[in-house]
Amino acid sequence: MSETTKIVKRSLPKRYRSESIFRAFGLSAIIVGMAFVVILFANIIGKGYPAFLQSYIKLPIYFDEQVIDPSGERDPEVMARADYMGLIKQSLREAFPDVSGRRDKLALYKLISQGAGFELQDMVLDNPDLIGTTQDVWLLADDEIDVYLKGNVSRLEQFELTGRPVVSDVSGEVEITTDGPAFTPVLNRMQELFERELRRATREMERAREKLDDLKQQLVENRDLLAEAERYDYPTRIERLKEIIKNNQGQISDEEFIIKVLEERIAGYQKSLQGTSAAEVDIPADAASYLLELQGGLVRITALGRNSARGTVLNTLDPASDDQGLELVILETPESERRVNDRTIGWVRQLQEQGVVDKKFNTVFFSHGDSREPEQAGIAGALAGSFFTLVVTLLLSFPIGVGAAIYLEEFAPKNRWTDLIEVNINNLAAVPSIVFGLLGLAVFINYFGLPRSAPVVGGLVLTLMTLPTIIIASRAALKSVPPSIREAALGMGASRMQAMFHHILPLALPGMLTGTIIGMAQALGETAPLLMIGMVAFIVDIPQGFTDNATVLPVQIYLWADSPERAFVERTSAAIMVLLGFLITMNALAVFLRKKFERKW
Amino acid sequence: MNKATDFEHMEHEIEGTVGTPLVDNPKMSTRNVDVFYGDKQAIFGVDLDLAENEVISLIGPSGCGKSTYLRCLNRMNDTIDICRVTGQLLLDDEDIYAKGMDPVLLRARVGMVFQKPNPFPKSVYDNVAYGPKLHGLASNKAELDEVVITSLQKAGLFDEVKDRLQEPGTGLSGGQQQRLCIARTIAVSPEIILMDEPASALDPIATAIIEELIDELRANYTIAIVTHSMQQAARVSQRTAYFHLGKLVEVGETNQIFTNPQHQLTENYITGRFG
Repeated sequence: MSETTKIVKRSLPKRYRSESIFRAFGLSAIIVGMAFVVILFANIIGKGYPAFLQSYIKLPIYFDEQVIDPSGERDPEVMARADYMGLIKQSLREAFPDVSGRRDKLALYKLISQGAGFELQDMVLDNPDLIGTTQDVWLLADDEIDVYLKGNVSRLEQFELTGRPVVSDVSGEVEITTDGPAFTPVLNRMQELFERELRRATREMERAREKLDDLKQQLVENRDLLAEAERYDYPTRIERLKEIIKNNQGQISDEEFIIKVLEERIAGYQKSLQGTSAAEVDIPADAASYLLELQGGLVRITALGRNSARGTVLNTLDPASDDQGLELVILETPESERRVNDRTIGWVRQLQEQGVVDKKFNTVFFSHGDSREPEQAGIAGALAGSFFTLVVTLLLSFPIGVGAAIYLEEFAPKNRWTDLIEVNINNLAAVPSIVFGLLGLAVFINYFGLPRSAPVVGGLVLTLMTLPTIIIASRAALKSVPPSIREAALGMGASRMQAMFHHILPLALPGMLTGTIIGMAQALGETAPLLMIGMVAFIVDIPQGFTDNATVLPVQIYLWADSPERAFVERTSAAIMVLLGFLITMNALAVFLRKKFERKW
Repeated sequence: MNKATDFEHMEHEIEGTVGTPLVDNPKMSTRNVDVFYGDKQAIFGVDLDLAENEVISLIGPSGCGKSTYLRCLNRMNDTIDICRVTGQLLLDDEDIYAKGMDPVLLRARVGMVFQKPNPFPKSVYDNVAYGPKLHGLASNKAELDEVVITSLQKAGLFDEVKDRLQEPGTGLSGGQQQRLCIARTIAVSPEIILMDEPASALDPIATAIIEELIDELRANYTIAIVTHSMQQAARVSQRTAYFHLGKLVEVGETNQIFTNPQHQLTENYITGRFG
């Protein structure tokens, strides 16, 4: 064996080892990356897909001529002004005749979206013959109802109980007795829930006590420090320490209050737990809701025994009703922590039993602009805004970008100035996008006086942002065309421009288009610069042109993510899904174009 | 080896061109041509005439400036920013570097075939039709068809591609591609065809076909060919010019150059002592 062979052989294992280490690194990087992508998509889709379904309630609406068109002239302007919400309210009152009192009625009207009147208006304007008839109409449910129906308000457990109930009254405080131990399964579950709550409260209490101890310790230390500072007469320090001590004391009293509340809660649960073996168990007011459905009404249970219960009637019972069932519902989230109260849930359940509640495809989401009412909010406005903005961006950035690339690559003299321009274009690609927004605000809006919040300004700003991307991609595409093609064309007597447009540009075009589409995708997902030029406003109307007020998809997502209503959470995710769908489509188009027009030479 | 070359160089300092660089009634005549790439001079004072209907080969070791000189003849060097040409280059007594001379027109009169076959990524037909269309040489489709077919026939390619005129030119074999490039060049009826090592990327059979073609084309065109193969120069050309380090060393009848070179450098080169 020669010396070289020996040396090479000795080094081989090390080389292979480093290679396999590198491979392992690469593979794990890919796995981690893919895992994040999968988590992201699963999260967004999981949250967003319910938004594509929306709850509707079917109500018989009487199109009252007195309300819609008292004069009988069928004048569209008169009919458009009518109180259609009133028709819906009328129908709701008839569906729940026992609801009385202003507050209860208001709560009842809130079952249906505030915008549902417009649907009736459209129906009547389309077909005035409806007036005077009664029609079953599917009306958009309120967003809170929708959230409840999608199971996002509270965990809900149902118990079908067997037994024949006897109720002391049809309204007010009632006592219910059954001929057997009908409530036993509920009691067992209740015990479990109480135990769970007790454990949770105890844990919180322990934590609160620890914190209290800490705070007290701090207080003692700070007082020592204060005493020391006073001894050396150090005024600024004394001042500061006194402030800290005051702060400490405030925190301590806060914490003591929390502990007191928790103590009470624990005591309540303990009492209830001890009571589970007794005849009746009291249900604390801030615990889960126990709702009993019987005789077509609803009772909120305040105390429960094996064969008896006491409670408050929420929806009036009707002993003559043919509803012989006895059903108990546990809503684990306490009523005080929900936006939908027990009574409303009772109404919704009643409607559900009648089969007039259904989830339908959410057309509103794709046909409406933004709204403060989540059930009326859609992405049509944002989509139109994005469309107009991107049209402006594309119309400006593609010709300018390609033109600049052609000039720089083919015609510009190679000197210091072109070098400088080149460096600056590359730097421009790395400029934070919000800077372009500031520029747009200063130049386009303040100096040129273009309208605020308008797609035309958004398009201009995004053009500035995407230009470097397009120029760089286009130059790379031009560079990748073999010089032999250029020489062939020039050798044939083509002018430089003819060589460019007849031969080089067609070959470079797929690369340029890819760059442009990627630039457009970047522009579609851009938010920051548009915030600066006012495209973040709340805009209900769907923009019809380049100068209308508009917002764009990512900004709409940002606005919704900021909204407190629970129903906007799923809409945010759904809008993200739509945006991602467009981005993936655009990137797929870029890949497709590249594959289709890529030529071999 | 390098040292030997330098030695030869020192010993035979090139002073002027030996042989017969000038002819009567030249198609193209060049006097005192200097070419600079930036600060570097690549061609030193070349005087050379191209006679009508002759094939002249330009030979010499790599980097001797023969391709650079060839590219001066149709101003292809204009496309290189740092390249500068001085001297007098006349085509039919017209200065081709004069202000009034349009490089586009010049290149229509002086066509070029490159070392590597470079058909456009278009159909065979479009490749040949490009020049006539560009210069408006055919007024209708029938005339254009005529030009394309004649050019392909002249380039000896028509029989091979007549059934696939609409297929991409890049799909042909290397030799066919080069003949397609020649057909493309003659489609605009140039007066002179410049060939920069047209057969260097081809196999011997394709090379033989190209050489035959060059011989046939001589009847109608003036051809200048750069080649590394001395056999090829001997086979196709009537005159041969030997370049060395940017200078034109010797020009003469091809027979005479290869059998009885007058300059020591020429002899060294053709006998294979360096190259």
